Amino acid sequence: MMSASRKRQRREWSLLSRIIRARGCYAMLAPFYILFFMFIILPILGATFLSFTDFNMLEIPAFVGLENYARLFFDDDVFLIAANNTFIFAVITGPISYFACLIFAWLINELNPKLRAILTFVFYAPSISGMLFVMWGFIFSGDMYGYLNYFLMSLGFINQPVQWLTNSETVLGVVIVVQIWMSLGTSFLSFIAGLQNVDRQLYEAAAVDGVRNRLQELLYVTLPSMGPQLLFGAVMQIGAAFSVSSICMTLAGFPSTDNAALTIVTHIYDYGNVRFEMGYACAVSMVLFVLILSVNHVIQRIITRVADV
Amino acid sequence: MPKQQGGRHLGVNRSLAGDILVFAVLACFGAFMLLPFIYAIAQSVKPIEEIFVFPPRFLANHPTTENYRMLSHLTDSLWIPFSRYAANSIFVTVVGTLLNLIVASMAAFPLAKYKFPGSGFLFNIVVMALLFTGPVTALPQYIVVAKTQLINTPWAVILPTVALPLGLFLMKNFMTQINDAMLEAARIDGAGIFRVFVSICMPLVKPASFTLVIFSFQSLWNSTGGAYVYEEELKLLPTILNQIATAGMSRVGPGAAAAVLMMIPSFLIFVLLQSRIIETMAFSGIKG
Repeated sequence: MMSASRKRQRREWSLLSRIIRARGCYAMLAPFYILFFMFIILPILGATFLSFTDFNMLEIPAFVGLENYARLFFDDDVFLIAANNTFIFAVITGPISYFACLIFAWLINELNPKLRAILTFVFYAPSISGMLFVMWGFIFSGDMYGYLNYFLMSLGFINQPVQWLTNSETVLGVVIVVQIWMSLGTSFLSFIAGLQNVDRQLYEAAAVDGVRNRLQELLYVTLPSMGPQLLFGAVMQIGAAFSVSSICMTLAGFPSTDNAALTIVTHIYDYGNVRFEMGYACAVSMVLFVLILSVNHVIQRIITRVADV
Repeated sequence: MPKQQGGRHLGVNRSLAGDILVFAVLACFGAFMLLPFIYAIAQSVKPIEEIFVFPPRFLANHPTTENYRMLSHLTDSLWIPFSRYAANSIFVTVVGTLLNLIVASMAAFPLAKYKFPGSGFLFNIVVMALLFTGPVTALPQYIVVAKTQLINTPWAVILPTVALPLGLFLMKNFMTQINDAMLEAARIDGAGIFRVFVSICMPLVKPASFTLVIFSFQSLWNSTGGAYVYEEELKLLPTILNQIATAGMSRVGPGAAAAVLMMIPSFLIFVLLQSRIIETMAFSGIKG
């Protein structure tokens, strides 16, 4: 039997010894984390610091405390419009593209390998196409030359060209469509890979146990086995849904009519790169970051209940 | 019991009608997905008279390779030879992708399979960093790159993207699903952590590796280097192609041709690796 002091000695010692024993792990972590710290953490800390200052990028930042945040919450009407639009975006494109990724990955997984390869490529292609979404600008162009307008007019649905991109009522819808088009990216691939990873024997066991069609199979067998991929997909989609900006700026113009396509990130871009009020832009970024973190936390709780991760 | 019709073998719980419905739905949405690509390719083979015609036509009536020829003519008469831009882009993309894969896998393995002080914390800050977006990190990042004297070298484009949180996340999630028995067996046989990583873990996570390669490749290939390189000799391919594409009305044809050419390597890599992903999955490790 050990005396009490001897037990205490062993417990303290073991933290240090655990670190030393795990030195191989730390060595392997080092390259990534050094680079990560330098190029990602440091800039984020820098942005946090800048959010408490008044910084116009030409002079040394002047510390102003919480003034930026006060202005953001009490004085900025445009931010409210941006927040509203971003919220609509996130609520619509987030779940839709997440479920679209899941459903298409599941549907594609049902086919034979050759078709599967072709269709995976077809669905993934938009997200790696870089700036190709400007083509949607041509399709949705607001004059008679726009393909969609011409198509609808020749079929008789409308009499005059619809100003898709400059009409404040339709522009948000257009951007949502294009965003969903582009969003079948890494989450989609992750689901496809996860679906192929599910143990085949589980399906047969489920069939023996009474599962009768594809849908039940999906809900009771496939999804619970795909826990990590579901989480990953959710994190990616939330980040993407809240940070829509380049599509808005390129298609809807900057600024867009009536600020109809203004999102929080374009708002940040506006204050940071156009008006040179970097301190304020950083403050808005911080708020956005906290928002995304909380949404992410909630979604992760939900998903860990659906799938047993 | 699986249904069998004639010589056709269907899987468990599958019917022919279900299969056809699946295919029809996918074909519809696939067409939607492909629309801009078909448009870009069509634009790039239209002669200039057809690009601005009314009523607007989607496909080309008289396809020609004139736009591609004009593109090569334009790129021949540049101050810096076109091959320099291409070489820069290839270097940045290949090196960056390899580094990305190695660094992310090396970091993901201990996080996935080992418990050590700080493992939870380290992973969580990566997840949090994944969520931070916006143009505001650009400025502090530029300062970091400048202070480390990396400005104006290809490393300025590569290094910031190597520590990709997405890479770590992806690899760690896949590695968590590896069966521990194999790793234990290797460890009992005396392998140190690095040996276990190289010999056992990496071959098993090939699908994730290829996904990471695809993602990293297309991100680096499409990057314009931004403000980090200002010497003309070090600039990357998208910079010069964008200049051609936005040079005005008379360049719409070559611009579309340039866009199509930029798409091709990303697509090629994806198509090549995708079949490997599927093939690898057919022979996975421990069964049952």
